[in-house]
Amino acid sequence: MYQAIVFLPLLGAIIAGLFGRLIGARPAELITTLFLFVSAILSWIAFVRVGFGHVDERIVLFTWMQSGDLKVDWALRIDSLTAVMLVVVTTVSSLVHLYSIGYMHEDPHRQRFFAYLSLFTFAMLALVTADNLAQLFFGWEGVGLASYLLIGFWYQKPEANAAAIKAFVVNRVGDFGFAVGIFAVFMMTNAIDFDTVFAQAPSLTGKTINFFGWHADALTLICLFLFMGAMGKSAQFLLHTWLPDAMEGPTPVSALIHAATMVTAGVFMVARLSPLFELSSVALTVVTLVGAITCLFAATVGLVQNDIKRIIAYSTCSQLGYMFVAMGVGAYSVGMYHLFTHAFFKALLFLGAGSVIHAMHHEQDIRHMGGLRKKIPQTFWLMVIGTLALTGFPLTAGYFSKDAIIEAAYVGKNPLAPYAFAATVFAALLTSFYSWRLIFKTFFGKPHDHHHYEAAHESPMVMLIPLYVLGAGSILAGYPFYEYFAGHHVQEFFGQAISQKPGIIDAIHHVPLWVKLSPFVMMVAGLAVAAQFYLRDPSIPVKLARDHQLLYRFLLNKWYFDELYEVLFVRPAKWLGYTLWKRGDGWLIDGFGPDGVSARVLDVTRNVVRLQTGYLYHYAFAMLIGAALLITWFMFAGAR
Amino acid sequence: MVIGLGHYLSVAAILFTLGIFGIFLNRKNIIIILMSIELILLSVNINFVAFSSFMGDISGQIFALLILTVAAAEAAIGLAILVVYFRNRGSIAVQDVNLMKG
Repeated sequence: MYQAIVFLPLLGAIIAGLFGRLIGARPAELITTLFLFVSAILSWIAFVRVGFGHVDERIVLFTWMQSGDLKVDWALRIDSLTAVMLVVVTTVSSLVHLYSIGYMHEDPHRQRFFAYLSLFTFAMLALVTADNLAQLFFGWEGVGLASYLLIGFWYQKPEANAAAIKAFVVNRVGDFGFAVGIFAVFMMTNAIDFDTVFAQAPSLTGKTINFFGWHADALTLICLFLFMGAMGKSAQFLLHTWLPDAMEGPTPVSALIHAATMVTAGVFMVARLSPLFELSSVALTVVTLVGAITCLFAATVGLVQNDIKRIIAYSTCSQLGYMFVAMGVGAYSVGMYHLFTHAFFKALLFLGAGSVIHAMHHEQDIRHMGGLRKKIPQTFWLMVIGTLALTGFPLTAGYFSKDAIIEAAYVGKNPLAPYAFAATVFAALLTSFYSWRLIFKTFFGKPHDHHHYEAAHESPMVMLIPLYVLGAGSILAGYPFYEYFAGHHVQEFFGQAISQKPGIIDAIHHVPLWVKLSPFVMMVAGLAVAAQFYLRDPSIPVKLARDHQLLYRFLLNKWYFDELYEVLFVRPAKWLGYTLWKRGDGWLIDGFGPDGVSARVLDVTRNVVRLQTGYLYHYAFAMLIGAALLITWFMFAGAR
Repeated sequence: MVIGLGHYLSVAAILFTLGIFGIFLNRKNIIIILMSIELILLSVNINFVAFSSFMGDISGQIFALLILTVAAAEAAIGLAILVVYFRNRGSIAVQDVNLMKG
């Protein structure tokens, strides 16, 4: 069964990718979507069996590679953590497949699109079922590749190509750290499969790694390098720049990869490696810090963006920061809880945005929208549900998980937890503001573009059904699972899958009332401010932006990170590349190598050619001279 | 005056030299080149016959006969080629025969 969950999407990808032209677009769509739904149903069965029946399994499929001490099996590690991820990945992926049938129906390359989607799903499933670091890395790179292919799906668009390359390159930076981390793990424990590594981890405390003469604490170094990988994939502060640009890809891709699944791989990885992280308080503090900075930073940028998808992208970035805060304070199950609920409402928001974009004929700027509430009421209500869940309206999915994170940050033991608490609470205010701003500007007010407004139409059923399912998930995914992720059954539910100190869950339940209420107050405040700004008096934000020009520009330009990186990394890299190309390769190597040699050969032959006059008597003369010389030589030298 | 081996060889050498010069001083006609080649062959023949006669060995004279036969065949082929060449290119002037020019 587990094999089927993982490999059905791969089969679908192969069928749609290699035989797509043969079988046509419609069968390719149906086959991949059907396989995904089968996989999703099996995943839910597995979820019930593993999460509630507690039948953890380890299925060895084959030996992947063997070299000296290194032996890597391709094995499926099925425990509660994997089961949660299986459910998230396959459910969202199957709904996105279904949605894409409607969203992409005009695209001539649909087979390729569905093949990529399924390929991505396979890689993601390989990642979450990984039993060792090499397999994790395989899935990690696989989703990176699929992400690259899907961002650049509309390869005719130069921006899409640039965004795809940017995503790939920024991820390489993180993956470099991840790879170094894996090497360090192997150096210290002589193994990379999780069971052995976790068993040996406690004995590593106090050991050091000689790192260019600096004796670093082994566990801290390992965890920090591994976390670098997580930062790249999960678009955390400093390595976040690729995520907003990745919105150049088709909207279903944004929903699947850049909201619900791939970007949460970093969170999953930290949870999976929690036995290591738990042993290094420095690493956990760094995780908390990065998470807190990201959730605040991304939320501030989200305040002023105008592209509907970019707002949601920054929101994703911010929510990932929340998850890392939870990881950092040691509440892994709470982080996974937010990952689980976030997948539903963020996918819903993205697919809803896709529906809006579809209705507006590929207009993405919210300044050109407005008043769409009456034109596309179903999308409107579903988007409102997503927004409620995102902002943490009581009893929606986001309410439970987000509040649990904020409470966990409050009770967290590490030195930066108070800062993380403040950041997450304030970010809750910003989240509420920008989310409602999006709703108000898109669906309320007067239409700004009558041409598009008149042509706006509700999306077809095939796109609305996934939205309804996700909408239901956004409301219902919270409460039923609260006990298992952040309640009394955590230990029972997760078992050995994560290494979480039992105290923190109890502590969450005994926080002061004002801590429990603060996210809700922040949410209401954000909503009120947004309503004041964008419903009652739209002149306020305009005036505010004019009065605080500097701050506004700073936020609008995303803290000038792209410009900074352009100066710091991109231009030097381009200069280096250009110099090596023109001077190093063109001038030095070609000049003295192939081009130089061939030029000399040509010079010689050009002179030799002149000897060939074609006149018979010249040849005869040369022959005579030669014969005379030969005879002379024989007479004088050969006689001896 | 007794005519000795040296005289014969001198005649042969003169004929040989004439043949050589005939080849590459001549700028006009390919037939003359062919004739010069014949001349060279004949001078060699004279050498053969002279040595054979003076050393009392008959095989040199037999060789001379063989060379004459070959020379006749060669001349026939050379002339045939020339005829074909003239038909194709309309000229057998030595200056015009430079298709091999690089």
